[in-house]
Amino acid sequence: MDVKRVKDYLYWLYYQYQLVTCSYVLEPWEQSMFHTITVTVLAMVVYTAYVFVPIHVRLALEFFSQIFGPHW
Amino acid sequence: MANPSAVCNGHLHHHHHHQKQNNLTKSGLSKKNGITKGMKKNGVSNGTLYKKTFIEHFEQAPMYVAVFTFVGFAVGTIFGYLRDFMRAWGLEKRNIAAEREQQKDFVPLYQDFENFYTRNLYLRIRDNWNRPICSVPGPQFDLMERVTDDYNWTFRFTGRIIKNVINMGSYNYLGFAETDVNALKTVTIELEKYGTGVCSTRQEMGTLDKHVELEKLVAKFLGVEDAMVFGMGFATNSMNIPALVGKGCLILSDELNHTSLVLGARLSGATIRIFKHNNMQSLEKLLRDAIIYGQPRTHRAWRKIIILVEGIYSMEGSIVRLPEIVSLKNKYKAYLYLDEAHSIGAVGATGRGVVEYFGMSPDDVDVLMGTFTKSFGAAGGYIAGKKDLVDFLRTHSHSAVYATSMCPPVAEQIIRAMKCLMGLDGTTQGLQRVRQLEKNTRYFRRKLHEMGFIIYGNDDSPVVPLLLYMPGKIGAFARRMLEKNIGVVVVGFPATPITESRARFCVSAAHTREMLDTVLNALDELGDFLHLKYSRYSKSSHPELYEESRLELED
Repeated sequence: MDVKRVKDYLYWLYYQYQLVTCSYVLEPWEQSMFHTITVTVLAMVVYTAYVFVPIHVRLALEFFSQIFGPHW
Repeated sequence: MANPSAVCNGHLHHHHHHQKQNNLTKSGLSKKNGITKGMKKNGVSNGTLYKKTFIEHFEQAPMYVAVFTFVGFAVGTIFGYLRDFMRAWGLEKRNIAAEREQQKDFVPLYQDFENFYTRNLYLRIRDNWNRPICSVPGPQFDLMERVTDDYNWTFRFTGRIIKNVINMGSYNYLGFAETDVNALKTVTIELEKYGTGVCSTRQEMGTLDKHVELEKLVAKFLGVEDAMVFGMGFATNSMNIPALVGKGCLILSDELNHTSLVLGARLSGATIRIFKHNNMQSLEKLLRDAIIYGQPRTHRAWRKIIILVEGIYSMEGSIVRLPEIVSLKNKYKAYLYLDEAHSIGAVGATGRGVVEYFGMSPDDVDVLMGTFTKSFGAAGGYIAGKKDLVDFLRTHSHSAVYATSMCPPVAEQIIRAMKCLMGLDGTTQGLQRVRQLEKNTRYFRRKLHEMGFIIYGNDDSPVVPLLLYMPGKIGAFARRMLEKNIGVVVVGFPATPITESRARFCVSAAHTREMLDTVLNALDELGDFLHLKYSRYSKSSHPELYEESRLELED
């Protein structure tokens, strides 16, 4: 029964996503196109965050510690 | 607080008492001209003008809702451009009207781009409007089932009829749209006596004794000197306003007035100025500017200043602030035209409209207009007021001179409905219907507020708009309600502002408590499923359940 509840909940989330982005009113082929683009953009955002955010954070910490470092 | 005396002149004494409590610098004005302005506090009703509390809700949705609404419209627009491109370049079949081959080089007859919105956004959810019904639009009706094979370009009827769909969309406020044989006895008699067609205009041979009887009855019902009836409610507004005002006059009309009033105002040729919806400060500023500056270039005084308002606004469910408007109009010597299309029969202790609801006398309003379509189950409109006004309209109104007059069975239906309301048929059925409508309205609105939906409008108006906001939810809401056997009317742009699409419910006296409970349960389920409960101020009777569902949906 738990599996069914999880599946229902996932379907409900998918339905909310469809309603909010107005892809509910689109025809099936338009929906596929829209989902492909959305998933691609999201994947690119996630990948960029994964690759670049740690490096930027480390550089920023080094930069700020350099400013305050000699005074400490 | 409010002195229970029902006479308007009583304001003189209240005003002085009130003035002593508030230190206003305009005391000079108050001594000479004892009419209260009622705008000392921002938009809050002046306790002395209103005899009962005036509560209206126009709650704003959380910010993320507006953001998502725009996102939804953006997606729809992008795909609209894509489809238009494909249609223009022949990659897709064109279903819309196009010129013939031989006329391709002529100036185009159909400007394609202008109906971008209709073609690309409205069309996708078009199956929720223009649904044909095949029974009387009482509290329940029968619907013809129709399906579409090509995404709403064409429809076909399957032949099946969906029976007993609960009707939350018809303007059947008092439940007079009925087929009960006993109730329609007099109408059947008149139908057999007169037939259906009148075949003439009022000025030629179309004035029947039924019209005279009806006009006397309407005048008696409203408490005015005389009234005139017309065959069509829309035409009453659009054809009579041009007879009353012309060039050199000023029309001050509310922001959200109905198309018939706007059309009548434009046809008249007068200058039109718009004030914010139900906002008395805005109206007073316009009145003052009109009197101080006069007409635009010559600075002559305006020939006439007329204020156009409605009793209940059908898209918002708000009631006009009549006492304040009447005091303003008396102060600045303007005329008032009140369109009671939705409020006649629906508000007021005995169903006589907003004038009675606020405890005022019909002499305060110069032109009382209303329709018989909503509360009386018939068709047509009326204009009532002083005898001079109505006599003038009988000769000068376009509708009276050129339009076919009301047909006799319809006039008889109005007569019997009005007699029932006034108690002249010997029963208290009319008053019972008015009370039932009031109870139903209060119950429905209270429950919807408790559930957490955003509802607009006054607590006493039977028109209940429930806000949906996002364009995707408009179609989903209407379709799912139909699956549950409930028929609703959903409205989007351009009838409402673009971010505020809504579902509009019209409560009727013919709805029983069980029907309303069915609808409320369905709305509860659907509200959770579609995530429509945006209100931040709901007071639930089951706080623990409410909190739990709130947490679940807030993600």
